[in-house]
Amino acid sequence: MNPVVKAIPDVLRGLGGWAIHGLWWLGHVSHFLLEILIHSGTSFRRFNLITREIYFVGIYSLIIIIVSGLFVGFVLGLQGYNTLQKYASEQALGVLVALSLVRELGPVITALLFAGRAGTALTAEIGLMKATEQLSAMEIMAVDPIARVVAPRFWAGVISMPILAAIFSIVGVFGGYIVGVVLIGVDEGAFWAQMQAGVDVFDDVLNGEIKSLVFGVTVTLIALFEGYDCYPTAEGVARATTRTVVISSLTILALDFVLTSFMLGGW
Amino acid sequence: MPTEHLVEINNVNFAYDNRLVLKGMNMLITKGQVVSIMGGSGCGKTTLLRLIGGQLQPATGSVRVAGETINELGHDDLYRMRRRMGMLFQFGALFTDLSVFDNVAFPLREHTDLPEMLIRDLVLMKLHAVGLRGARQLMPSAISGGMSRRVALARAIALDPMLIMYDEPFAGLDPIALGVIANLIRRLNDALGVTSIIVTHDVQETLALVDYIYFVSEGAVVAQGTPDEIRASTLPFVHQFIHAEMDGPVPFHYSGKPYAQDIGLGEPGG
Amino acid sequence: MGSKTLDLWAGIFVFAGIVALFMLAMKVGNLSSFSWSTNNYVLYANFENIGGLKVRAPVKSAGVVVGRIADIRFDNKDYVARVTLSLENRFQFPKDTFASILTSGLLGEQYVGLDAGGDSEFLQPGETIKKTQSAVVLEKLIGQFLFNKAEGDKK
Repeated sequence: MNPVVKAIPDVLRGLGGWAIHGLWWLGHVSHFLLEILIHSGTSFRRFNLITREIYFVGIYSLIIIIVSGLFVGFVLGLQGYNTLQKYASEQALGVLVALSLVRELGPVITALLFAGRAGTALTAEIGLMKATEQLSAMEIMAVDPIARVVAPRFWAGVISMPILAAIFSIVGVFGGYIVGVVLIGVDEGAFWAQMQAGVDVFDDVLNGEIKSLVFGVTVTLIALFEGYDCYPTAEGVARATTRTVVISSLTILALDFVLTSFMLGGW
Repeated sequence: MPTEHLVEINNVNFAYDNRLVLKGMNMLITKGQVVSIMGGSGCGKTTLLRLIGGQLQPATGSVRVAGETINELGHDDLYRMRRRMGMLFQFGALFTDLSVFDNVAFPLREHTDLPEMLIRDLVLMKLHAVGLRGARQLMPSAISGGMSRRVALARAIALDPMLIMYDEPFAGLDPIALGVIANLIRRLNDALGVTSIIVTHDVQETLALVDYIYFVSEGAVVAQGTPDEIRASTLPFVHQFIHAEMDGPVPFHYSGKPYAQDIGLGEPGG
Repeated sequence: MGSKTLDLWAGIFVFAGIVALFMLAMKVGNLSSFSWSTNNYVLYANFENIGGLKVRAPVKSAGVVVGRIADIRFDNKDYVARVTLSLENRFQFPKDTFASILTSGLLGEQYVGLDAGGDSEFLQPGETIKKTQSAVVLEKLIGQFLFNKAEGDKK
């Protein structure tokens, strides 16, 4: 038989296995989310549990978000000016910078950075707690680890992400302003006026924030799940951390496309 | 005193995926005793503790603690039951982000509304019992393995349990630390009137410490008795185990082809 | 770190987020030109064609924003578009005000322009503006131009 034909069943079996594994994973994650939601009562009754995690998830990501936002703003200012001046419409620099940031780059880059900074930290932390039997110890102490450890981190991530995205966007706009107005010399009035005329609070700012909220849920959920589900050894935790970055990044980009098409189409 | 059984394990089967770990396991743990479960690595000892704690469910059979069938309890009843159990994990399993004091205070803060003053007194009492009152402000990363196990022990007794389970409490300890832990287990058991289950494979320390021993091999009890009975046992498995012999019922060689055949000797033309 | 300090930092973080959002809304976005006050009143206007007019588009008079489009519906009886204008109370317009759909710049967004008439009575809340002019539809304009040209050539 032709070797190519011979290989077809194996390929099909591989694809099938891959698909089944994907569905299995999706089911597990959904179930995990449900568990978190059911056991969220403790987190809201004792809000300091969430505050504490907001500190670790949010404040620790703040520096990287601010620095990245500033540089992305610089680059947008330079590139935007370079292109716009060919059409003699440098005044539109403000609206270009602001729209790119508020609609796309703010939510997406923040989510990617968040996955790398906070997501991995969450996975590693939960994974290590599992590997060192801290989660088991908690269970045997009659303290539900989902309620006590996972849920507060989940809500902290969900709360922090839109905040970080807003900070990223505003710092980015400021970066664009520095390059465009201060360094290159675009008219300051036109920069802000065009921006305000072109950016709609509901269509652009709010949609951007909705995106970042969805990304916050996604990234935090994946990070926590991978940590909670990891093989409890040093190698297992390392793998889970890698998976967090890979899966979150791909999911963010795919979801971004879906959400954007919804927002441009329907709203 | 009539013998009263705190833990009853009746004909339990348990499998991880397709690997059968426990096969028809039966065990009775008498109230107030220190009981040891011994056996080689991977024979299902830790699994047994997790079944008692309700973290795993048996495929068939029942696990009863203090008259309640653990594997039939709902979430809330199980959690109520667990408040009366303490467990010492192999490496202590202290919460790495909390200080020694906060680790011991953790179950108290989670389960009671006691004022902070009272919690402080209780925690210091428990820490005093394990001799680590002075180490209360240290972080778990700053204390030795033996010390973290003692802290974990203080944490396990924080809610005054009726049953304390020890998962390999002696693994990786120096002789002094080991002696300290062994002493503590005995003293706490007698002073608090609890029942203790020790899963271990450190034979000599255990024989000197416990009231009753179960030997587990391949998912079932193969021998049981008081330390004296075990020492006198003529069962080959027990003999091999307590004298740490290299070969016996538990073979040194992983099963495979005969050696001579494997290196190409023996059979002509092989 | 004490839990007090921790809470403080988390508070600072959330506050920074709120400030950033506020700035996005006010400085970057167009929220500042929105009037959230309830002292608005409503007028209606029917147009044969609204072109690309959208809800929340500005209503301008003499180039100044005096209100926003609140709603756009299709009137199935008269086959016209019924546009709800929400205007600020402090701006009153005479009865014979002329409403037209205009475009800002060549390719900009569309808005409703109000040209005040000379009537001494003002439009009351809920009234319909009688005199309207539809949006300029480019295709129709071109069609008309070609038609006129053909007419002219015939002569």
